[in-house]
Amino acid sequence: MSTEAGTQANELRVTRREAMLQLLRVGGVAAGAAGLGVWLAERSRRPIPEQAQKARRDHRVAADAEWPQMTVAQFSTEMNASGEVPMAKAAEPRALVAQALANLGGIGRFVSKQDVVVLKPNIAWDRSPEQAANTNPELVAEVVRQCWLAGARRVIVTDVSCNEARRCFQRSGIMAAARAEGAEVVLPDPDNFREVDLGGVVLKNWPVFAPFLEADKVINLPIAKHHMLTGATLGMKNWYGILGGQRNRLHQQIHQSLADLASFMLPTLTLMDCYRVLVRNGPTGGNPEDVQLKKTIVAGTDPVAIDAYVAKAYWNLDAEQMPYLAMAAERGLGTVDFASFNVKVSRLG
Amino acid sequence: MDDSHWRRRRRISQIFFLLLFLVLLAFTSLRGIPGATSDIHLALPVRLFFEWDPLIAVANAIASHALYRGLLWSLTILLPTLLLGRFFCGWICPMGTLQHFVGNMPSESKRGKQRIESNRYKRWQTIKYVVLIAGLVAAAFGSMVIGWLDPFSLLVRSIGLSILPAFDYATRAMLTLLEQSHVGAIRSFATGVHAVLSALVLDSRQAHFEQGLVLGIMFLAILFASLRVTRFWCRSICPLGALLGVVSRWSVLGLHKVAEKCNNCNRCLLHCQGGDDPIGGVPWRKSECLMCMNCVGSCPEHALAFRFFRKEEEVASPDLGRRRAITGLAAGAVAVPLMRANTGMGKSRHERLLRPPGALDEPDFLSRCIRCGECMKVCPNNALHPTLEQAGMEGLWTPMLVPRIGYCEPSCVLCSEVCPTGAIWQITPREKGWVVGVGVAQNQPVRLGTAFYDRGRCLPWAMATECIVCEEWCPVSPKAIYLEGAQVVDSAGKAKTVKQPSVDPNRCVGCGACEYACPLQDRPAVYVTSIGESRSPSSQILLTRK
Repeated sequence: MSTEAGTQANELRVTRREAMLQLLRVGGVAAGAAGLGVWLAERSRRPIPEQAQKARRDHRVAADAEWPQMTVAQFSTEMNASGEVPMAKAAEPRALVAQALANLGGIGRFVSKQDVVVLKPNIAWDRSPEQAANTNPELVAEVVRQCWLAGARRVIVTDVSCNEARRCFQRSGIMAAARAEGAEVVLPDPDNFREVDLGGVVLKNWPVFAPFLEADKVINLPIAKHHMLTGATLGMKNWYGILGGQRNRLHQQIHQSLADLASFMLPTLTLMDCYRVLVRNGPTGGNPEDVQLKKTIVAGTDPVAIDAYVAKAYWNLDAEQMPYLAMAAERGLGTVDFASFNVKVSRLG
Repeated sequence: MDDSHWRRRRRISQIFFLLLFLVLLAFTSLRGIPGATSDIHLALPVRLFFEWDPLIAVANAIASHALYRGLLWSLTILLPTLLLGRFFCGWICPMGTLQHFVGNMPSESKRGKQRIESNRYKRWQTIKYVVLIAGLVAAAFGSMVIGWLDPFSLLVRSIGLSILPAFDYATRAMLTLLEQSHVGAIRSFATGVHAVLSALVLDSRQAHFEQGLVLGIMFLAILFASLRVTRFWCRSICPLGALLGVVSRWSVLGLHKVAEKCNNCNRCLLHCQGGDDPIGGVPWRKSECLMCMNCVGSCPEHALAFRFFRKEEEVASPDLGRRRAITGLAAGAVAVPLMRANTGMGKSRHERLLRPPGALDEPDFLSRCIRCGECMKVCPNNALHPTLEQAGMEGLWTPMLVPRIGYCEPSCVLCSEVCPTGAIWQITPREKGWVVGVGVAQNQPVRLGTAFYDRGRCLPWAMATECIVCEEWCPVSPKAIYLEGAQVVDSAGKAKTVKQPSVDPNRCVGCGACEYACPLQDRPAVYVTSIGESRSPSSQILLTRK
């Protein structure tokens, strides 16, 4: 009887082995939970904004006494002897680019084999080429072609537009023209900005579109336009287009902002599109009456001198009226007094 | 005919049209557009399903006494229905296919006997005819509120404005995680998936829509309802189904029942989509049948078949009854006058009710707009949103420009291109007139409203700070925003000159670019209200325009 009862009791109990296993399981889960908890507790930090990286790169090439720092190439815009009014021709911007680059020593001076080259035209607005709010597409295409000639590994054309980017890239004609020459045309992707320390006086941490940070060489392709705040929007203002974020605040200290941007982006080369110049109602324009045919390209390695020259040439603005020029010159980015050096001017007819 | 073949053909047709619908919806955006400089047009005929929709056509004809471009195509659905019955609901309609799919999922509340009972004809299936009558009467009063319940409007509005943006969010969130992985293979896999999805489905940037949550929940609720009641939406609410049901009364194709073979096993009811009594012993209900052909294949006695020109007892017309018909008539006849006796369309129009470019004047607009959301889906700036109360109760879910989220792009007329009913009449960029073409005489531009400054918040007016981003963005030439240099004193007592902006209402087109670009993001210092909109002669500021 008693043994029977004992057997029954044993049957109701777990074996020692089972008990050990159960304890091990519980212990394992408990230890895991505790371990995970401690690890997570140690990870707890007050969230701080992502650490901005220092990403400034010098894309400039060494100066060479043999070649000028700045050059101007232009077609005549005078009425010719037979009374023909000059018209825009698709081949002319290409010829101007080729001439300007030749004057500066050829593209090979600036782009080396296997370089990743980023071209920064102005593709800010939903406008057609005739409205001259964006850089001339033929000009961009010719620069792409020249970069391939120099043996570039990748040629990227990109900008962070103001208006809706797909419309801007398409209607500016730049997407089609650059792709036809084999360039990668990169639309601004909101997921592809990196927080960067611009190291400026007013511009500190800003999101910068990543392709601009990954380039070996950067070529600035701005277009000269009228602007109410600074008189004209030229080469340095084109660097607005590398930024994301709330860049509409930059106007509040426009000159300091422009100087800060210019000290961050040190381009290999600048080719300023003055083929069609938006002389009124800039920087968006819209009316062909605001546009004057100048058939000119101003190019070089001195971004300050180029801006100063174009401001004087088309808006009769002196350097004193554009304080950012002096600020940039003070930081050693170039020379305000473009007359001090030899500007090579080529007239193509 | 071999019955299982018909069922397979039906499934292929349903999948094809559902995919077609989704592809057209995904391409209701700047996607796959060939790279030309000039005007931008959509790559695909994205309003196709609306043009096939006889309900839209009939209501559009009743409300506007005309048929807008393309709506004549709805005859391709209407005429075959006269002969074949509601094949559209069972074979083509993507909303029907979604209901069908969800209704086939296993559900606790729909098993065996319950399922059979739930598929017997119910009197409440006539609600859809009441909805149809009320909607058409409302259309006769010049109100297109039937668009709230049109199946394609419902689909585009729900999927386009809520489900797809949510899918966008979820996909991006997951891909972003994977793209930051430490493993190179995972990174490149994620990048590849991202590229493919970007080309097919994802928007170039995350879209956000007002009321997206509400629209999404309502849509999911309708789908879940079909877990309980097979094709809940199609059987009881869909006014398009009701219209096709009425039209199918003359159809020559019908269900042939061999009454003596039927042993009441009820299997035909198991998968019946329409709730049209395919079982023997009771008359078949023609207007409810969706021609899914499930019953034919389920019958073990081969007692069911679809035949042309059969002669047997059936219920050809909706079992509506005089009382319900009058309910529908009364609902439509009372609802519209009640809504219009309220303020809204006639009086005290909402100041922020900015309609898309090309929109007709408000009475004409409401007599056409079916609240489908095509314009909102296609807008590249995510600028158009469904209204809540801004257009009155009657105008619920009609499109409204919200410049703080997105402005109207100067050369863009895509919303007018996709609008299926002409509420936004198709215009060209030249007719929009915000950008002057070469050698083209400037016509009066389309105006959406007029911009005003809040001088208490504007930086140069209130805070002695330079700004004028609004002037930079202003797309018209000469600019509608003009500047005046003003002597101001900052908090340190220092005198300085800043440029203070003002609006010239002669030139302002109300695009909202200034409001969008203003750095005071939460409440912009320049904002657009609807006064001066060119579509409305009664909403003007100036006596004459230059």
